Amino acid sequence: MDPLSRYEPLLDDPAAFRAACERPLPSVVRVNRIKATPERVRRAFDERDVGYEAVEWHDGLFRLDDDVSPGNTWPYVHGWVYGQEEVSAVPALAVAPEPGERVYDACAAPGSKTTQLAALMEDRGLLVGNDNNLGRLSALRANAERCGVTNLVVTRQDGRNFSLKPFGGERFDRALADVPCSCEGTVRKNPDALEDWSLEHIGAIADTQRAILDRAISITREGGTVVYSTCTFAPEENEAIVQHALEEHDCRLVEFDLELEHLPGLAEWNGDTYSESMRRAKRIYPHHNDTGGFFCAKLEVGA
Amino acid sequence: MSGNDGQRFDRLPETDSERDLDGRATREEVVGWWIDRFGLDPETFDGHSFWEKGAGKIWAFADELQSPADVEGLGMTFLRTRQEHWKPTTDAVQRFGREATRNVIVLDDDEAVRFLRGDDQELEWDGDWGYLIAAHEIAGDVEPIGVGLYLYGELRSQMPKGRQRER
Repeated sequence: MDPLSRYEPLLDDPAAFRAACERPLPSVVRVNRIKATPERVRRAFDERDVGYEAVEWHDGLFRLDDDVSPGNTWPYVHGWVYGQEEVSAVPALAVAPEPGERVYDACAAPGSKTTQLAALMEDRGLLVGNDNNLGRLSALRANAERCGVTNLVVTRQDGRNFSLKPFGGERFDRALADVPCSCEGTVRKNPDALEDWSLEHIGAIADTQRAILDRAISITREGGTVVYSTCTFAPEENEAIVQHALEEHDCRLVEFDLELEHLPGLAEWNGDTYSESMRRAKRIYPHHNDTGGFFCAKLEVGA
Repeated sequence: MSGNDGQRFDRLPETDSERDLDGRATREEVVGWWIDRFGLDPETFDGHSFWEKGAGKIWAFADELQSPADVEGLGMTFLRTRQEHWKPTTDAVQRFGREATRNVIVLDDDEAVRFLRGDDQELEWDGDWGYLIAAHEIAGDVEPIGVGLYLYGELRSQMPKGRQRER
């Protein structure tokens, strides 16, 4: 079956959605504020005739011209920028960590959102970047070091039963569960993303997503924040997972600002109904802002 | 005396009097080396704790954790000790080297490109021999690129393979 056709009834302009999914994605970099300012990155690009345009909704993101290979620019060498898709910058902004806090990133590698969290924390406090794959962890370490991050502890645990033992048993102020998913929203970057798509696969991955979010909520303090995100459209991996968390835990969905055009989370799908508050979650579709697709929900624990 | 375990992070002792392991550097020595070598503000590292994992590899971490720590990474690799000449890491030089007031060699455009490629090059330098911060001018200021080893009129690029670039 054609997986994307499932979502056409949800959309204002299904043809535009289709067309956007078939276009390649622009190359975008995020300024790493541990080492540089947007002004200095602009100046460095201008000096070397690197073509770019600013991204309206976020002053630390630049879309690069098609002929630019970001990894070969001086700003990349200096760790001033990180290649990161625009929508992928959303969840760390929703987490909104403060310098000095304790923050947990459940599925951290290869590190675009982790390094963004570190920069928002001004490289102070405790940031735990967890992943269960050794190869991906070495990429996470290398990316964090290039960005000058010194407040990151890298762990290799199963996010479904993450242990606080190395951290004195103390819970976190904030957590990000940017979970593995069916990646439908990355089809512009990777046209093969939908090749192995099946409802059975989604069912299996949803079990993992539920368990990772459950654990993230359990190890976050009362009054703390947990953000859940995926790069997929499937409600089975998005609203249904958040709904489960609302039913199992003392937590609630909260609003957050996002200047990107988006649609609210779904209140129902295929006969299942979700909490009215699910409208506080955000769905970002490729044709709205010429980006990848994304889902993001912000929860407050024990409030 | 406890042994050095290469699979976990052990916090460095503060000073020589607290040293419990032969050959392990102290925090005082590690911070002192950086501040002396590169003329940094003595308070630069006040917020960091320092750890050893593996033989001589020192890590700088912006927070506290119980020692020993059984984790995969702790802050940033900072300095290589347990050898005659201690050697700073590329990542630490990029992170902390911007404020350096000595042992910084500022390269012109062509020299910077050669350095980034990993090439050795003959250069004039009146300062100390040994490990220097190789830097260049970009966007209105001097920015560190990495570690150079200066010996006998030659600057040897220490750019790690994965950080080298053909430009």
